[in-house]
Amino acid sequence: MGSFWKLYRRNHSAVLGLVILALVIVVAFAAPLMYPDDPFRLAGKSMSPPGEAGFLLGSDSLGRDVAAGIAHGAKTSLLIGLLATLVAVVAGVFMGALAGYYGGWVDDLLMRTTEMFQTIPSFIFAILLVAIMKPSIESIVIAIAVVSWPAVARLVRGEFLSLKNREFVQAGHTLGMSDARIILAEILPNCLSPIIVIGSLMVATAILIESGLAFLGLGDPNIMSWGFQIGAGRTLLRSAWWVCTFPGIAILITVLAINLVGEGLNDALNPRLRERS
Amino acid sequence: MDHFTKRFRYVLKRQLQAIPIVLAIVVVNFFLLQLAEGDAVDVLAGEAGSATPEYMAELRAKFGLDKPLPVQLFLYLKNVASFDLGYSFRHEMPVLDLVLDRFFATLLLMVSTILLAVGFGILLGLVAATGLNTWRDSAISIFALITYATPLFWVGLMLIVVFALNLRWFPTSGMENIAAFHEGWDRVVDIAHHLVLPTITLSLFYLALYTRLMRASMLEQSGQDYVTTARAKGLTERRIVFVHVLRNALLPVVTMAGVQVGALIGGSVIVESVFAWPGLGMLAFEALFARDLNLLLGIFLLSALLVVAVNLVVDIIYSVLDPRIEVS
Repeated sequence: MGSFWKLYRRNHSAVLGLVILALVIVVAFAAPLMYPDDPFRLAGKSMSPPGEAGFLLGSDSLGRDVAAGIAHGAKTSLLIGLLATLVAVVAGVFMGALAGYYGGWVDDLLMRTTEMFQTIPSFIFAILLVAIMKPSIESIVIAIAVVSWPAVARLVRGEFLSLKNREFVQAGHTLGMSDARIILAEILPNCLSPIIVIGSLMVATAILIESGLAFLGLGDPNIMSWGFQIGAGRTLLRSAWWVCTFPGIAILITVLAINLVGEGLNDALNPRLRERS
Repeated sequence: MDHFTKRFRYVLKRQLQAIPIVLAIVVVNFFLLQLAEGDAVDVLAGEAGSATPEYMAELRAKFGLDKPLPVQLFLYLKNVASFDLGYSFRHEMPVLDLVLDRFFATLLLMVSTILLAVGFGILLGLVAATGLNTWRDSAISIFALITYATPLFWVGLMLIVVFALNLRWFPTSGMENIAAFHEGWDRVVDIAHHLVLPTITLSLFYLALYTRLMRASMLEQSGQDYVTTARAKGLTERRIVFVHVLRNALLPVVTMAGVQVGALIGGSVIVESVFAWPGLGMLAFEALFARDLNLLLGIFLLSALLVVAVNLVVDIIYSVLDPRIEVS
């Protein structure tokens, strides 16, 4: 752990990313304390510019506080990003491990499926899935996971292909271990690093997809989110630029921070890769 | 076997491989239709709420909804194979006509985006790779990082605020100024004027992608033996970069341009709905609002087929650019 941190610290922008991400997480947890009222609530004079009428970042056409929306939206973005990534990683690891370990027709079938999923335009697919299942946190998480798992599956398959003929796996066979135990306890721990890296980058992508869905009106109607704020504010562009601008900056900063952390993890977990490039 | 036959066989093989993918996409579409609430006819006609009972009954018979699932699937495949994607009551037009009607606008946006993104991506990647670890390289890297993290719709809105509302350089939305009744060249110029902001918005993400790819590809190529040979022959660095390395470094960028077409269509939904660009993406946005699920499914199906088609074309181009591909 100590050496991991030492390697991670070498990448200064990754440390910066971690600090920003920590701030966003603090805001997400502190939102109910800072803005205890419902962010959908009318909080004062509508269309107030930033800094006026007690609104740090202004208010929208219905008098909703933009800053309160951003604070509450932080939780939504992080939650959906994490959950969707978790589901996608579990599904991807499952498919990739089976394909890589067993090979043959299992591999053919699973890889053809992966290929098909990668051919389908993913954002339109996500829109369709949410529209069909009705917008809710669950349907958004499922839709994002469905379009994200193939990348994990391909990665894990590749790792399994290169690891499955190593001595330690053969030793496992000789000891009479079951396939499930070899896959889960022997091979999988050895390919955790790339999975962690791809997972961290996927959280960023998931947040971007979620904001896009919410912008198009496919967010959970009961939950405040950054994409929803921008979608609701786009008709006010001429008169109230701040309604769209600040939530967008929140998305940009959060996604940037997660990407930096992902690159830092990559450098720290795969030090050889870093030296090569 | 001569060279031409070999290449022909390769292309044919790739075409055949595309067939199961197309079939699978149609099957996925069918099951999405099943997943929606109510039976397929409710989705096809009922969502709009204006279908007549006679038409509903006719649709039920056509789709054979009283029959078992495999038979229904077969009927669906038959309809799709004859390009029958159903009817949109919102627009009072067959889905296929609607989609084809909007196709040109999307194609225009996509082609201009690809040209801009690939062109500038190659240029910036080249600049970054030739000035490795200088300020130019860092500036380009930071630009790519930020672009990766920015939601497209937000970039579009911000460009509208700055360049359309404040500076008034470009129109805020639409594809042309219909009230002006431009004709001939005036019309082309008018459309080009409307095209600028949507193209910049949509191309930003891909620009970052191609820049990074081009930089990595240039660096990889410059470590190859042929570069050492060229240097040993006494060629100038300029000649090595522009004549030898550049050509080889372009290959992965070409492939990536094909792979990214699917993502580009997804991005166009966002960008078109921000700029009210009357293409497929805008149509999808309207369909979403009107809960016209069948239209949405039609757009989805055709965009998936478009991706398969573009990938085939890229395969063919690739096999011409890099004859080695046939060996593997």
